Amino acid sequence: MKQSTSTPGFGAVLADGLRQAPPFRLLLGLCPSLAVTTAMENGFWMGLAVIFVLACSELLISLLRKVIPDRVRIPVYIVIVATFVTVVDMTMKAFVPDMHAILGIFIPLIVVNCIILGRAEAFASKNSPLLSVADAVGVGVGFTVSLMAIGGVRELLGTGNLKLFGFALLGGGLPVEAVVMLLPAGAFFVIGFMMAGLALLEQRQRERALRAQAAVAGAAAAAAVAGGSAAGSAAGGSSGGEGETV
Amino acid sequence: MEILAILVGGILINNYIFSRFLGLCPFFGVSNKLETVYGMGAAVVFVMTLASAITWPLQKLLLEPLGLGYLQTVAFILIIAALVQTVEMVIQRVSPTLYAALGIYLPLLTTNCAVLGVALLNMSAGYGFVSSVINGFAGGVGWTLATLLFAGVRERVEGTHIPPAMRGMPIAFVAAGLMALAFMGFQGLFRGILF
Repeated sequence: MKQSTSTPGFGAVLADGLRQAPPFRLLLGLCPSLAVTTAMENGFWMGLAVIFVLACSELLISLLRKVIPDRVRIPVYIVIVATFVTVVDMTMKAFVPDMHAILGIFIPLIVVNCIILGRAEAFASKNSPLLSVADAVGVGVGFTVSLMAIGGVRELLGTGNLKLFGFALLGGGLPVEAVVMLLPAGAFFVIGFMMAGLALLEQRQRERALRAQAAVAGAAAAAAVAGGSAAGSAAGGSSGGEGETV
Repeated sequence: MEILAILVGGILINNYIFSRFLGLCPFFGVSNKLETVYGMGAAVVFVMTLASAITWPLQKLLLEPLGLGYLQTVAFILIIAALVQTVEMVIQRVSPTLYAALGIYLPLLTTNCAVLGVALLNMSAGYGFVSSVINGFAGGVGWTLATLLFAGVRERVEGTHIPPAMRGMPIAFVAAGLMALAFMGFQGLFRGILF
């Protein structure tokens, strides 16, 4: 959150939160990511519950950030988060009882989801209410999309089709039915390979950036040789330094 | 017989890591070294047993008679946080050597979902007091067993030649998946005798 020291806009904070994709990048909130993602729709509802809890608690904590004494802030955060979790729990029980039964104890367990306390401590306790809501929505949507991606892959490989709100998205479906994907083991496999895929993408990007930088540095060095030896050594030194940090 | 069934069920059949997905953050967090697993495992067993023992009377003697069932989540997490804090202070006073071994792991347990999870599971399963305590103990032992085995696997995997993108966390997840498959083999254990 290095931008929070200056005055970032609503959109910048939102995008920053989205980019963190909690289960993959931060390794936070793993339990629900693995447990409820046997179908895409489960991931959607779980994510929705997390977005609501995250947004409400970040808003309240941010509003109260100057009132809460520093020494008891963690218990206060826990009570605030637990209150909103209870609200979600009872609301879902009343309006979507089937989904409430599937998600089971992972709804009350949102209380101990490290993402929420982490964002409360790292962001909402230091920033204005509006920005805190932006951060909550960004992180929450990132979490939801990750859960739906995991759930989507598991559902597709496990049942051969994707269902969202009762509609089969792929019509007839595919001729695959790898039941292992719906078992606990499948959750570990899917997350493992998704993380590997992300790591591969990042590695490619880094290599491309390095190559582009080398080309720029080469051009600069050539120009410096033409211009003078002192400037050339400075350019070489700076490009070498950048190469190391990347 | 019921006690034996709860023990076997909690440790092997419904293992907290591989079939219930509880306590995964510390599972991946501390399993890169065997020594840290011993410390964390001891703390988890201790706190899960105590948490089961303390949340049962809270629910049955306080919340339910007063009609405050909807406060379950808030009350449980608060009492677990207070319990962890108390245990930390008591151990620090009574046994500084034990505190040196467990000290850094105890505060992490408040946000360990296995601890709150076992308390909630005890209530939804309708266990009595003794069964709840046994279930908490079995859950902790199951968590420790899974993490110990996994730490051994990870130490072997570290030195192997694998694609760079798979190194670290991705291969750890795949290894955990394979272990989950292996633990599926316990599903039929003692069928007809205990269950």
